[in-house]
Amino acid sequence: MNKLGLIIKREYLAKVRNKSFVVMTFLSPILMVGMVVLIAYLTKINDNEQRVIGILNNSDYFSNEFVITENTSYIQFRDIPLEAAKDSAAQMGFYGLLYIPDEASLEKVCERAFLYTKEAPSTAVTEKIEAVFQQRLRQQRLLDLGLSASDFEALDTDFDIKTATFQGETNVKGIAEIKAFIGGGFGYLIMMFIIIYGGFVMRSVIEEKTSRIIEVIISSVKPFQLMLGKILGTSLAGITQFAIWLVSASLLLLVVFAFFDIDPSALGAGSRIQTEMGGDMVSPVPNVDQTMLLYAQELVDIPWGMLIFFFLVYFLLGYLIYSSIYAAIGAAVDNETDTQQFIFPVILPLMLAIYVGFFSVFSNPHGPIAVGFSLFPLTSPIVMLMRLPGGIGEGGVPVWELVVSILLLLGTFIGIVWLAAKIYRVGILMYGKKPTYKELYRWLKY
Amino acid sequence: MNNILVAKEVTKKFGEHTALDRVSLEIPRNSIYGLLGPNGAGKTTLIRIVNQITYPDQGEVFFDGEALQPHHIAQIGYLPEERGLYKSMKVGEQALYLAQLKGLGKSEAKKRLKYWFDRLEIGDWWNKKIQELSKGMAQKIQFIVTVLHEPKLLIFDEPFSGFDPINANIIKDEILQLKEQGTSIIFSTHRMESVEELCEYIALINRSEKVLDGKLSDIKKAYKNNVFDVGVVTSDAESILRELTERFHIRSSKYDAGENQLDFTLQLPDNDSSGVLAYLSTKARVNHFVETIPSTSEIFIRTVQSKSVHE
Repeated sequence: MNKLGLIIKREYLAKVRNKSFVVMTFLSPILMVGMVVLIAYLTKINDNEQRVIGILNNSDYFSNEFVITENTSYIQFRDIPLEAAKDSAAQMGFYGLLYIPDEASLEKVCERAFLYTKEAPSTAVTEKIEAVFQQRLRQQRLLDLGLSASDFEALDTDFDIKTATFQGETNVKGIAEIKAFIGGGFGYLIMMFIIIYGGFVMRSVIEEKTSRIIEVIISSVKPFQLMLGKILGTSLAGITQFAIWLVSASLLLLVVFAFFDIDPSALGAGSRIQTEMGGDMVSPVPNVDQTMLLYAQELVDIPWGMLIFFFLVYFLLGYLIYSSIYAAIGAAVDNETDTQQFIFPVILPLMLAIYVGFFSVFSNPHGPIAVGFSLFPLTSPIVMLMRLPGGIGEGGVPVWELVVSILLLLGTFIGIVWLAAKIYRVGILMYGKKPTYKELYRWLKY
Repeated sequence: MNNILVAKEVTKKFGEHTALDRVSLEIPRNSIYGLLGPNGAGKTTLIRIVNQITYPDQGEVFFDGEALQPHHIAQIGYLPEERGLYKSMKVGEQALYLAQLKGLGKSEAKKRLKYWFDRLEIGDWWNKKIQELSKGMAQKIQFIVTVLHEPKLLIFDEPFSGFDPINANIIKDEILQLKEQGTSIIFSTHRMESVEELCEYIALINRSEKVLDGKLSDIKKAYKNNVFDVGVVTSDAESILRELTERFHIRSSKYDAGENQLDFTLQLPDNDSSGVLAYLSTKARVNHFVETIPSTSEIFIRTVQSKSVHE
């Protein structure tokens, strides 16, 4: 076995056998699911609160507009003074009392209406009540304009614009956002991987320095081999972890499907049906199922193969660039507390990429900012991936941008790894002091 | 080709600082060679160049008659001054890994490790982690890893620091054994007295420059100055001292009247001591008559001082 292979194997095993790695691998999916369940449960409890609101209605403008919902019910008070109504509402433990006075006009009624509550009311409650008043006001004004009640019904419609490209491909509203979101997911994955596993690489370099084994090893292998082996071994461990998560997530999903009695193959079949009826899309207002199928169709139509291919390309190059910087940082310092000043400038472009991606790529995937950041090598792995789900070529990312972006990334990769290897080579043999940027620059010339 | 390692005019600079300034060395095959000098003199830089960890700015290094090349690494064993092992890795696994990095096959490495573990009586450590071992124990493992691939040249940087005297002796014996088997050995240290008795050849390095090198016995011969420690038993110390003082220079003397023991240090004009010895044996019973050989550190100090006077 060659030396690089030996180093990769050792780094991989050292990482994978580490107790915290094992715990993290198996615990974090459980934690994630647990968090989701917990949040859902807490939200549910929060919403489950039963509220009773008393209504003292003295006006003719309102009769039974307040409809009982799952967790709010209304009880009408009649022919008692406001104070008495407030008292009895409080005594009966009602959430509140809505007072609707008798006035000459609806406007006046609305102006004088009042909600008394035990404590400051939640916005959910006030919104609901306000909506009823607004609806009533609107209705009244339309009536004043001479529209009948049935006209009013007819007015109340929903409308979704149907869109298509010039080539006649149908689009579904919001699909661009969904696509950007999928790209964003990939980009986010890359960022997380870089930060987590770059950190691992850095810590493992520091460990070799503090345990003083480094010189023993580099009397047998080239420092560059050691650095490369370390980065590759650690990332293989990371890929293992991701693979385990992916498999367990799919298993979990299957369990969920089985639980809710969903046939996963039906999703595939559905999209096929959709393709067949693609011709008569002019059918009037598509029902909900059809809309869902349209979305499914769009998602299936995303060029997944291309996306995954470029994900791998950008992931590989981006990760190698950043993790070699992390390795150089690890080599330059003696302990982890000294790394802060160097790490911030490394994380900065990553954060920038994520935020720029989410703000500008979502609103305009081909705007100048999005294009610029998807060409700049330190942000392109994230930002370009956010743009790619829209496809390549017409309507998507122009081919030249993709080519330039990858070429720049490749060039940067070679340059950065070369610089990092130089710093690494000098740094691993330096003990006892925290270097400044100036010294790092000097090391490049040793 | 009688030299295992030859350095020719090796110069290495780190920025403004010159770590090695035109250092030339010849290290004879199958010898024990002492690379001596204070901390920061440039010894470790030189050793790192030999191990191809860094490269010289100028000059050349030849190993076994060939210009130094990457494949020579497998024929050199190096125990660095800053040495350690992976703390959370098992002893056996770790030794195997380091042996394989030196180019040994797995089964061969296992066989040799077993031999060495048995030899140093640490066979039951195989599955322990380094963090469970003491510093001295870990040093034994490091020694084994250094010599396991049976290199032609062994380099020990500050070899005995961190060892207790018992373990230091065990390791010393093992090193001598390896020398018997034909290995060439370099000791690098700033504690010159620690290796003086072992070295046949030395080089003194001070402030990036080689100040002196050669066979230790030749150097000592060149630096001895005809001073003798003498001890005689006599009842008439005064007349002996008087007579000697007329002819020679007596540096110090001490007379113990109770034991009739007279000790003194005598400076002779040349290395011919027979006349004095003959005279003394007629006057008294000679206890000892020893030429004082300067220690390596004395030689070092004298060389450095005379150099700075010349400058």
